Amino acid sequence: MAQILEVKDLSLHYLTRFGQKIHAVTDVSFIMKQGEILGIAGESGCGKSTLVNGLMGLFIPPLYPTSGDVLVNGESLMNRTPQDIRRNVLSQKVSMIPQGAFNALNPTRKIKDIAADVIAAHSGSQSLSKPEIYDRLKKRFDLFGMETEHILNSYPIQLTAGERQRSVIGISTLLNPKVVIADEPTSALDVTTQKVVIKMIFDLLEKNIFSTMIFITHELPLLRHVAHNIAIMYAGEFVEYGTSVQVVHDPRHPYTKALMGAMLSADADQKNRKPTTIEGAPPSLAKKIEGCRFAERCPSARPECKSKSQNLRMVGERLVRCEYAE
Amino acid sequence: MFKLLKNLIKEPMFVIGSVLFLTTILAGLIGPYLYAAVPDGGPYERPGSMYWLGTDNLGQDYVALLLRGLQNSLYVGFMAGVIATTIGTLVGLFAGFKGGIIDDILNMFTNLFIVIPSFVVLVLVSASWSGGRSLTLIAVLIGLTTWPWTARSVRAQAASLRGRDHISLARINGASNLQIIFKHILPYLASYVFMVFIMQVASGILSESAISMIGLGPIGDSPSLGVILNTAKNQSAITYGYWWGIFPAAIVITVIVFALYLLNNSMEGVFNPRLRK
Amino acid sequence: MPSNIIFSAKDISKFFGHGKKRVCAVKKVSFDIADGEIVSIVGGSGCGKSVLAKIMLGLYSPDSGSFQYKGKPITNTRDHWNEVQSVFQDPFGCFNQFFSIRTQLKDAFGILKDKPSKQNIEKRVDEALLAVNVKPSDIEGKYPFELSGGQMQRMLLARIFALKPKVLIADEPTSMVDACVRANILDYLMKLKAELGMTIIFVTHDIGLAYYVSDRIFIMHEAEIVEAGKPEEVTQHPKSQHTIRLLEDIPDINREWIKK
Repeated sequence: MAQILEVKDLSLHYLTRFGQKIHAVTDVSFIMKQGEILGIAGESGCGKSTLVNGLMGLFIPPLYPTSGDVLVNGESLMNRTPQDIRRNVLSQKVSMIPQGAFNALNPTRKIKDIAADVIAAHSGSQSLSKPEIYDRLKKRFDLFGMETEHILNSYPIQLTAGERQRSVIGISTLLNPKVVIADEPTSALDVTTQKVVIKMIFDLLEKNIFSTMIFITHELPLLRHVAHNIAIMYAGEFVEYGTSVQVVHDPRHPYTKALMGAMLSADADQKNRKPTTIEGAPPSLAKKIEGCRFAERCPSARPECKSKSQNLRMVGERLVRCEYAE
Repeated sequence: MFKLLKNLIKEPMFVIGSVLFLTTILAGLIGPYLYAAVPDGGPYERPGSMYWLGTDNLGQDYVALLLRGLQNSLYVGFMAGVIATTIGTLVGLFAGFKGGIIDDILNMFTNLFIVIPSFVVLVLVSASWSGGRSLTLIAVLIGLTTWPWTARSVRAQAASLRGRDHISLARINGASNLQIIFKHILPYLASYVFMVFIMQVASGILSESAISMIGLGPIGDSPSLGVILNTAKNQSAITYGYWWGIFPAAIVITVIVFALYLLNNSMEGVFNPRLRK
Repeated sequence: MPSNIIFSAKDISKFFGHGKKRVCAVKKVSFDIADGEIVSIVGGSGCGKSVLAKIMLGLYSPDSGSFQYKGKPITNTRDHWNEVQSVFQDPFGCFNQFFSIRTQLKDAFGILKDKPSKQNIEKRVDEALLAVNVKPSDIEGKYPFELSGGQMQRMLLARIFALKPKVLIADEPTSMVDACVRANILDYLMKLKAELGMTIIFVTHDIGLAYYVSDRIFIMHEAEIVEAGKPEEVTQHPKSQHTIRLLEDIPDINREWIKK
């Protein structure tokens, strides 16, 4: 399969008003093949949402690239103006599904008008007439198994949370993007609505509207069902990268183990299984960190961990950023 | 607090605005006492080494007139600003926090005041109050006619805070309504209210100038900037080429209002904690 | 009525809005909760669980039906909050950003009927902070925005440790904190329960959490309680369609969830 997205040693930082650098993402590398779904999981503040902006090449101050490269189909997204990225990359090559559908939709416009803008903005020389655009929209929205007429002719506020999120997904994927980045697309929804939205995403994948997706969430069990591969992020770094079965059922990095151990399920044996707890909080990313970033909270930390920085290495057929992991 | 000031100093708009504003304030406050007016000369003497900005129709030194005018205009502006902001904020806070019928009643009052054009009221009352139209009267009138806008915007902000968790928590902490309003709602609006206050001061100064321009300004021995303009206009200063009768006063008004606008704009970026981070 | 009943609800309903926009948030709900019980109210968004919690807390009163706390309707909310307290979902939204955390923790004592002396308040705040594993010196002079979400959630718990209420209503206390911190928060809540013999009402969308902590689970769907029972029964042998659906929709790592 063709390689579609390549991320090489990507580091990103924020520049605060006081000139302080916050290194939100450090040395992230991965390659995605066409048809792959990569899940990126981590807790709030781990850098996953910053990474999303980096992957789109969208650098709006205070976010700046530190180093590294992002290539979509071999084309670099670095050192380009936001206008250029918006016009030539977003929606067509890389598209994003944001978390809060409510903020993503202009409340004063109907869904069909918001969607029509996306088509019109990217139709280039061949300008389409309004009926042509609506015709295209209707055909596309018919695929989603929703009431097309109702959805298209509604204002965002008239739709339920699930309908809104599905509309956003519909709009984000209108131009058949090569890579879709879903940033916590279901975190604001309850489990039932979440399932409906995920079903829609699978539906679009099956109908070949798009095939490659990065799915970002803090919920590991969800990724087990959605993603082929999972990367675990902690304090701006990938700490474990493997198939979803490897990472969820047989975690090797102490942090992944802690995350999995903290899950609560409605299984019969949950009552006898005490969830693991880890004290403390991730380190501040404003300073240079010596040693392993998880060392402060790691239950199996050794004295040398605090001074010795860790690299990703192969453990049990997946990458783990811990030299003591087995 | 120190950090806040440090941030503010990095804001060019704030620095320019506050320098301009402080200069005008200082000039208005202590200028009239420091500057010894040159004794009266002939009417409309040109600006020169004797009279820096020339003289008016009565031969009075324009520099001294402007300084006193500035003092009076600032007085009117601040007084009107304080009145309008206090009434507006209190009405807005109670309406927004209480909701329901109190909100409806206060809203009705606010709307009533909004639909009556305040400038017309100002003109009518000033015109009929021919007796002792003092600076204070004009200031109070301006304050009493401009508060509804403040009330309206504060109400909207207070209403949006009402449903917040920290209000619920304050309630189960046993805080009284007054405590909730002044401790848990007002601080969140303080920066906003301050900005509104600055705008009210600016519009107070402008309103006073406007009403003085049409000859309904305060009557007394020391003129405001608007009265200076009005006198010059009445003497057809422009037609006769006595530019120094109009431009200096007009420029001073513009500078104060501009400084206040700059301050207002720069505050927004600093008070908002999210922007600050 | 047995004397150990804390909350007793009979056919209570709550509506919001007027006319066409009138919505029923709680519909003819009845239940009894005994002293010392841990009960979870579980449901999706908009099912009415938070409104029900606010009724128990006395922030809302039901529009119809009878609701009693210890055999009496809630008339004086100050008296009610003396014994019934709450932690809310969003720890940042709960604190006033203009006052230091310690000041706000001390403010909480304002609700107590016999307000302790000043020194005693300081002492109890210190104890409460230690109970949630925070050194008092760590938050000295700190404002809410200077702490992390997990720390702030602990501050809310410290408030409860300080007040020692009889009943705690926890409205989604862990939905804004990370998984690793969640287990911590639950630990502290269980510690509170053991120490004070508190009654705890959990409001949550997470049935796994409810199963782990509670003595009884109420499942809510569209303003009604559709199933109530012991956690084992509700999660392993659900009777209501809605409960079955809820359980199916949770992405569990050991079960097929969705067809690819």
